[in-house]
Amino acid sequence: MYTTELDKTAGSAAAPVAVEDPALLAAFEARVANDEFIEPKDWMPEAYRRTLTRQISQHAHSEIVGMLPEGNWLTRAPSLKRKAILLAKIQDEGGHGLYLYCAAETLGTSREQMIEALHTGKAKYSTIFNYPTLNWADIGAIGWLVDGAAIMNQVPLQRTSYGPYARAMVRVCKEESFHQRQGYDLLLEMMKGTPEQRAMVQDAMNRWWWPSLMMFGPPDDNSPNSAQSIRWRIKRETNDELRQKFVDATVPQAELLGISVPDPDLQWNEERGHYDFGAIDWNEFYAVVRGEGPVARERMKARRAAWDEGAWVREAAAAWEARQAARRAAAA
Amino acid sequence: MSKDWPLWEVFVRARGGLEHRHAGSVHAPDAELALRHARDTYTRRMEGVSLWVVRSADIVASDPDQAGELFEPAASKVYRHPTFYDLPDAVKHM
Repeated sequence: MYTTELDKTAGSAAAPVAVEDPALLAAFEARVANDEFIEPKDWMPEAYRRTLTRQISQHAHSEIVGMLPEGNWLTRAPSLKRKAILLAKIQDEGGHGLYLYCAAETLGTSREQMIEALHTGKAKYSTIFNYPTLNWADIGAIGWLVDGAAIMNQVPLQRTSYGPYARAMVRVCKEESFHQRQGYDLLLEMMKGTPEQRAMVQDAMNRWWWPSLMMFGPPDDNSPNSAQSIRWRIKRETNDELRQKFVDATVPQAELLGISVPDPDLQWNEERGHYDFGAIDWNEFYAVVRGEGPVARERMKARRAAWDEGAWVREAAAAWEARQAARRAAAA
Repeated sequence: MSKDWPLWEVFVRARGGLEHRHAGSVHAPDAELALRHARDTYTRRMEGVSLWVVRSADIVASDPDQAGELFEPAASKVYRHPTFYDLPDAVKHM
């Protein structure tokens, strides 16, 4: 799973650069321009730290919230095999969230602060998870499309300039391929089934296609922080470049599956060597970013409930350690 | 003051004969749970045969701002490298 940078608070990243020590800033700019990795204890501009903290923590939140639409289907999986696969995938998403929280923590924000920002609604996560999973084919579509879009985004992030983020991405990318393949495999199997099952696959495609394209974030001409993020090698490719790559890779897969893409304007452009595709409804995107997604409230309610209901486990573990520590102290 | 559990650094030995390498970190209240979390987080696909965990606070690190001076002697003492010595071609296997 992946989140692109969603907060577009005015001037949040650009303004404070001026107050940095010019010599340190110049040395930093030279290092990133030279494709060197920045490590936690290295000097970095505040705006770099802030942009990365936001991007990595949003990415982590997306992995964690991403478990919810899938968890919904665990007890409804059609076979033990599919249930085991789905469990493994969900466990991976939790793991991805943990790698990313750890990477974000190296920038000086605590886990507690990040979790709290998620639970109070201050932090964003990928818009894609505020859409409902209505039929079993949605689980396949999430693996194929949503994780497919995530892979497009995450592969270049393996070379992002911040070392801990890049290393987390290497680990995530290794596991993500399984997620996409199991989703496509699930859909292939349904396409061999009854007309009703094939209709379920098409229905899932119709609902997930556009939100998947939106996952790459706003168009380049409306993505104010992109230029700086690219100069600092946080991002390696622009939103529109990645979106185009995803469309080009995915349309033939839809054809192979035997379903249509819900876009009447979609057609191969021989001259460009790319697919042309229809206009994205950015009003919908921004509404979902604002928290107006179809199941946004339900997701946060489920997330907070999971946290609260797990509190006794955390408390018990802490109490156990406190008692052990007291015993060690008494024995010493 | 953060209520987070302490942070532990995780080191994984990929297979017998190899060294433990840093894989990432986990939060845990004690060493035993740190190992369990490390197992779940970093070795879901046979990535390792052995795990180490150590409290992050116990790691002493060199200062990146001092890296220049700290590691400079390696560059100025070229005679530490075998290629410094220009031997006759007649010398074999050295």
